[in-house]
Amino acid sequence: MASLISCPHCGVRPKEEFSIRGDATPVRPAPMASDEAWNDYVHVRANPRGRIREHWQHVAGCRRWLVVERDNFTHDVFSVTDAAAGRGGAQ
Amino acid sequence: MTAYRLASGGLIDRSNTIGFTFDGASLSGHAGDTLASALLANDRLLVGRSFKYHRPRGIVTAGPAEPNALVTIGTGARRDPNTKATVAELYDGLAATSQNRWPSLAFDIGAVNDRLSRFLSAGFYYKTFMWPAAFWEKVYEPLIRRAAGLGRTDLPRDPDGYEKSWAHCDLLVVGSGPAGLAAALVAARSGLRVILAEQDFVLGGALLSETTRLDGEAPFVFARHALDELHGHPGVTLLPRTTVFGWYDDNVFGAVERVQKHSATIDAARPVERLWRIVAKHAILATGAEERPLVFGGNDRPGIMMASAASTYANRFGIAAGRSVAIFTNGSSGYRTAEDLSAQGVEIAALIDSRTDASDRAPDGVRVVRGGGIIDTKGRRRVRAVIADRGGFEELIACDAVAMSGGWSPVIHLACQRGGKPVWSQALQAFLAPEAGDGLVMAGAAAGHYRLSECLDDGARKASAIVEALGRPVAGFERPVVGEEVDPSFTALWHVPGARSKAFVDFQNDVHGKDLGLALREGFGHVEHAKRYTTSGMATDQGKLGNINAIGILATMRGVSPAEVGTTTFRPFYTPVSFGALAGSSRDEHAMPVRRSPLHGWAARHGAVFIDAGLWYRSSWFPKAGEKTWRESVDREVRTVREHAGLCDVSTLGKIEVFGPDAAEFLNRLYCNPVLKLPVGKARYGLMLREDGMVYDDGTVSRLAEEHFLVTTTTAMAAGVLSHMEFAAQVLWPELRVRFLSVSDQWAQMSIAGPKARTILQAVVEDDLSNAAFPFLAAREVRLKGNLKARLFRISFSGELAYELAVPAGYGEAVADALMRAGEPQGLCAYGVEALNVLRIEKGHVTHAELDGRVTPDDAGLGRMMGTGKPDFIGKRLSTRFGLTAADRAQLVGLKALEADKDMRAGAHLLKDGAKPSTINDQGWVSSVCFSPTLGTHIALAFLKSGRERYGEKIVVWDKLRGVETFAEVCDPVFVDPENRKLMA
Repeated sequence: MASLISCPHCGVRPKEEFSIRGDATPVRPAPMASDEAWNDYVHVRANPRGRIREHWQHVAGCRRWLVVERDNFTHDVFSVTDAAAGRGGAQ
Repeated sequence: MTAYRLASGGLIDRSNTIGFTFDGASLSGHAGDTLASALLANDRLLVGRSFKYHRPRGIVTAGPAEPNALVTIGTGARRDPNTKATVAELYDGLAATSQNRWPSLAFDIGAVNDRLSRFLSAGFYYKTFMWPAAFWEKVYEPLIRRAAGLGRTDLPRDPDGYEKSWAHCDLLVVGSGPAGLAAALVAARSGLRVILAEQDFVLGGALLSETTRLDGEAPFVFARHALDELHGHPGVTLLPRTTVFGWYDDNVFGAVERVQKHSATIDAARPVERLWRIVAKHAILATGAEERPLVFGGNDRPGIMMASAASTYANRFGIAAGRSVAIFTNGSSGYRTAEDLSAQGVEIAALIDSRTDASDRAPDGVRVVRGGGIIDTKGRRRVRAVIADRGGFEELIACDAVAMSGGWSPVIHLACQRGGKPVWSQALQAFLAPEAGDGLVMAGAAAGHYRLSECLDDGARKASAIVEALGRPVAGFERPVVGEEVDPSFTALWHVPGARSKAFVDFQNDVHGKDLGLALREGFGHVEHAKRYTTSGMATDQGKLGNINAIGILATMRGVSPAEVGTTTFRPFYTPVSFGALAGSSRDEHAMPVRRSPLHGWAARHGAVFIDAGLWYRSSWFPKAGEKTWRESVDREVRTVREHAGLCDVSTLGKIEVFGPDAAEFLNRLYCNPVLKLPVGKARYGLMLREDGMVYDDGTVSRLAEEHFLVTTTTAMAAGVLSHMEFAAQVLWPELRVRFLSVSDQWAQMSIAGPKARTILQAVVEDDLSNAAFPFLAAREVRLKGNLKARLFRISFSGELAYELAVPAGYGEAVADALMRAGEPQGLCAYGVEALNVLRIEKGHVTHAELDGRVTPDDAGLGRMMGTGKPDFIGKRLSTRFGLTAADRAQLVGLKALEADKDMRAGAHLLKDGAKPSTINDQGWVSSVCFSPTLGTHIALAFLKSGRERYGEKIVVWDKLRGVETFAEVCDPVFVDPENRKLMA
């Protein structure tokens, strides 16, 4: 895990200020999507070695939910973006 | 007498004499001494007993790799066990005691283990103490642990302070020897922000004990000039007494600074240790090289030390390790030590060189035994002689100290802590650091450049490259003229053949050559297996001296190169770090801050007994004079609420204000029940689910204005719910126009419950509180007498006519006092969370005791709340899945005790009468219990399979853990006022 995370709002901060929720890839299905789609979203997670995208929240900072793209083997962090930014939401 | 202080020389202040004690004996040393050098100056060669065999042990090194000279320093609560005497700075009043001996260092009962060593080989404990199995935990392990082991820690509270700091720099230089100083000088002159960290209390590293002259002067003079210059650069921070112990992601380094470990009097305003987290753009490891011991018979006797240590004690501390020193070497370093000692007038008994063809020249008059080796040593508590062997010819050589040199290993630990594996160099017969990327480079001896001139050049070169990489002009560095220097080449010698007695590989864990052979024979020849099987390299020194020889021996036995054997994994910490430093200021209230409700003072004045609830202190009950048990107080509080009225502090509930044009839509998706049509001025019970359909949290939703809501959470889930809402708003539905913030700490909130609640409240509230004007579930701003704005909610947890009144936190106590005054004629009492719990169980209301993450709304009897007509809400889709709608799910029921003298307890399981307790026969569990003063019996809330169809059934409450089995009757969970007449009154 990285020691430092560059929050897009607060700058470089120690990782202790963040909490990790998990895989950021699954997208919440439409309410009436299939059982399989919902089962996948709620219960099924890949556990890859290498590049992953995760939801981190800057709980001791701006409290924004972020998407941290990192390598869970080399610990390289490739990008940190606001989770709402990619979804056209208000920032 | 053997070791002694030389008449002159050394970097100690002979005018400053320092008194200290060792095992109670008063001794003295000088400023600039380590504890080890001062002990040697007093001829204290025996300083400890070994871990397993309790063999007498002496000082082996002059630095942080020391395996033997571990002592306890300090007294009382300031005792530090397992402190290395070789790095402990001497101070006035230092009190040191030896370890792992009983009754005394000189006479130790445990030494019998040495005689029994035939039976105590590697794996002995695993093989021997196997039967009977139950004996391991209770008999064998405690005995073995007492017999083995190092210093003991003390339990009294640590009286001293610790702190943590961040530091940022362009370049971190670890080590202040020639390479480190040259690097720091170049970087500082080029304008970089530099941190120079050194574990020693004096900066200079090898320059402090080196005799090769620089610009015609002793090398410490160069070090002093360099340090003077570095002091003058504003961007340079010098950190002596600071061990860099770990290298972490993003080039963050962990270091511990011993701020006040060298003083008997502690300044309470400052920490004793400071933990640094250093964010470095670049780092240079100039950590030098470690000299290797030689593995020969009897190589652990006190008086046998590393050749470089003998030189350091002579040159830096002005101490002769003995009057007649035998030197055993496999390379040039032994000759350098011979020169150093001869120059101080110390006799060299013999210089035994394992090589036959060495070209090194010994000082005049020193006898050299070429192609020889030591096979045994003599002496009990100190070495008296060695037996040297050359081609089968044995010779007894009298001596009172032995200096050994087995070659050099670069100190590469930090560079290998992030997964990189050391690389074997055939040319240097040593492991080198792997390529670590841009952030960290090795310099000087740590990079395998052992000569002094190379160290200076390499440090300057590596720093120049970093300055360039940072895009700055490189300042010059003119290397001083280096005098005659030694190239410490050597021929690897992993173990000396023909050992007559134990030849130790790992001194601290008492692992000798034969143990490694046994490990290999028994199938544990892999370096990681051999480590665990023999414990070689597992002690507090983590094999700093011994590991390389263990690898070499394994390689020789397996007939492969050390490259193929490889090393065990390097991990932080380089040397042990105290828990105090790692905790920093995070202890006591700083680790677990106390959260006090705004009504804490009010509760305390009314005699509340407080209970921890997370970080909160909640008022538990309010004992009155004459009440002997908590139950008496709680029963009275419950009866008072049911008959008159009570006031309870509910400020700890989470409170979140939600604003925005889409606030209603947002909450409608967050709660499983409908929120959209909640009228302004009304409150509603709300249930949040997880996406898997289980209940997450409950609370109330109040609409204060069209686009303004106030939601409450349970005390425990306040932080979690806020984060959950933030995720929903930012990630799931960022298009919704909603904003919210936690106001939990801004409001004091009190519940006023009981038939007299309205009368009492009306005495302090201006607004009309009649049932018509302020009906059940009304929620709006009111004005208190005296014109204070407050929020009033007509909601009830107890089943009584009840209100929750919220006022700005600072007014909490005043308002509570006013209510108590107004309520006195009505019989109002203060009640705590215990009574609150009884009241809600009697009314069948759930808490997280029921909502434990396995429970659906329907399980809890709240299925009718589900807004199944809503297009979407969190948890909706999976609520309908098979299994969550099964008819035999455990459902919330009430239980009435049928045996008055037997307690029901939460956690008990339910069984049909006559059924054998088993998983298959399990009918459910008890979630909450209490004695109901209203019903006069024990009651419980429980989850029972198809429970709502089973009212009236007699069931067994089975509590194996507490050995209680009793009968209860299944009933509706609402024990009190099922028609809600009191509630609506």
